[in-house]
Amino acid sequence: MADAPLRVMVVDDEAPARRRLRELLDDCAGALPLVVVGEAASGREALDLLHTVSADLLLTDIHMPEMSGLELARHVLKLPQPPVVIFTTAHDEYAVQAFEVNAVDYLMKPVRVQRLLAALEKVPHLKPVPAARLDQLPGPTRRFLSVTERSRVVLVPVEEIVYLKAELKYITIRTTQREYLLEESLTRLEEEFAPRFVRVHRNCLVARDFVRGFERRVGDGGDAHWEVLLRDVPETLPVSRRQQFIVREIGRESQ
Amino acid sequence: MIIRQDTIALELPDFRNLGTILRIVLAVNALTAVAALVRESQLDLWAAQWFEISAVVEPHLMVQLVVLYAIAPWLARQPQPAGALTVVAITLAVGLAVHALFASQIPQPPLALLRHELFALAACAVLIGYFGLRARALSPAIAESRLQALQARIRPHFLFNSINAVLSLIRSDPKQAETALVDMADLFRVLMRDNRELVPLEDEIELCRQYLALEKLRLTDRLNVEWHLNSMPAGALVPPLVLQPLLENAVYHGIEPSSAPGVVSINIFYKGGEVHAILRNPYQVEGGRHHAGNKMALANIRERLQLHFDAEGSLESRVRDSVYEVHIRMPYRTVKTAPARDAADERAKPGRDATPPRPPVRPEGPELARGNTGAPHG
Repeated sequence: MADAPLRVMVVDDEAPARRRLRELLDDCAGALPLVVVGEAASGREALDLLHTVSADLLLTDIHMPEMSGLELARHVLKLPQPPVVIFTTAHDEYAVQAFEVNAVDYLMKPVRVQRLLAALEKVPHLKPVPAARLDQLPGPTRRFLSVTERSRVVLVPVEEIVYLKAELKYITIRTTQREYLLEESLTRLEEEFAPRFVRVHRNCLVARDFVRGFERRVGDGGDAHWEVLLRDVPETLPVSRRQQFIVREIGRESQ
Repeated sequence: MIIRQDTIALELPDFRNLGTILRIVLAVNALTAVAALVRESQLDLWAAQWFEISAVVEPHLMVQLVVLYAIAPWLARQPQPAGALTVVAITLAVGLAVHALFASQIPQPPLALLRHELFALAACAVLIGYFGLRARALSPAIAESRLQALQARIRPHFLFNSINAVLSLIRSDPKQAETALVDMADLFRVLMRDNRELVPLEDEIELCRQYLALEKLRLTDRLNVEWHLNSMPAGALVPPLVLQPLLENAVYHGIEPSSAPGVVSINIFYKGGEVHAILRNPYQVEGGRHHAGNKMALANIRERLQLHFDAEGSLESRVRDSVYEVHIRMPYRTVKTAPARDAADERAKPGRDATPPRPPVRPEGPELARGNTGAPHG
């Protein structure tokens, strides 16, 4: 393999921190061929940028508004060729412990140039950390779910999701606008976002904010069951017998 | 209100402190209720008895509190036990005067004066004992160690991010890097020094400015600060680090979690003998940020306010229209009073301060404050 320069992207919400990292990367460039392909002030900006340029390495701050660096690492995994992610953090003893345990690479800010160089040298031999291991790291819950559409990563804000429905291999994400297909486990999603979503059926989680009410329906066989009525979307969802108690629970909350 | 007792520290309370006045009123009324119970065991008559006793006791109490309030600054300068004996003398004198006034209107039973004075002396002794014990409990060792433990701790997060921001300036803008480092040095000097004594408000404001300058360095346009200090009493004495930790919270919880610019506003003014500080920042609904840290800082400052000012200092916080607001209220003071009123303790540490310990005297009054309300910095 020819030694193509390492393509690095820097993500940090603080401009001085980005500038500092760039300076350090310049210092490393003599010892290791590299090129900074972009800088982003937020996770969303970084994802957008990654659709136009490809990177081998993403150096991202953890503590950022809207989307944390950990969440960004989850979303970039959906790219056709995800970069390796190395986190930078000023101080977070708990996170750092978790990084050690899960063998996730990180750099402490202020970053020492030797330490950065050592990390860069390892990158070609590293694989992106899988989602399961990223999930082990403590941090805020995700603000977005990400799906791949035509090799682009599309972010779906969690607060816009009306319901999540498991169907065969995929989960359907329903927002007021449209549907997306997601490859994740419904149970994991339920745990991660509790109490935002409530399970109304073995295969379905509904956002409490979007529950408009319940309606009693009688099926063809004469069995009666509850249907969830939703805000802003026309379809209704059946409540399973096992989950019937949530009808009363949500009814009580809305009083 | 003191009787000499060697086992109890003779320590007069601050008779101008609302908390002290409240405690005296409550204690005397409780004692009156007990006295009524001693004289009348039937419950329905007991209230009438209490009322009868109160008719004499309350005027005495009110007059005495007014007298003590008036001479409080002078009294605080007196050595012990002279100060305590003065309080005893005042108690007896006021008792005599009130009795004379009553006797001129309504004929009093024999020995009424003696009983009244004995009751007053007993109440006096109980209260002296109580305040002595309280002073000991709050001072010096306990209150000071508590104050020390309560000293605001800066977030490590801020320290390392700031160092990183300064590093980023060294190559491109060495001058600004120098300013930032000096600001940091000043900030940490204050954080690491002995922070038990009150400091002038303008010093605290200067510290806040240095802190915010450092934050501005890394947050750039996202952090906007509005100062409203036109009617700030610059010379008022406040607990050190009473505002800076709150600004740190405002930045951490109000500015950092959003990529949109936000405003932190600081409004400090003098009103009705009190210094008010109102800090506002945008309220962010945060996923996973530790609001516990904010609560701890608030509890810390609240407790320090209480140690310094008792019931006269307060801290309240609320959220309104997606703005988070903290309101601090402190009495206006311009002369130092040690938190635990341990002037004697100060004297016992020679060489710590070249100036002689100043007596714990309260400010002359609001007139002084009004003459002193210019904002020190723009």
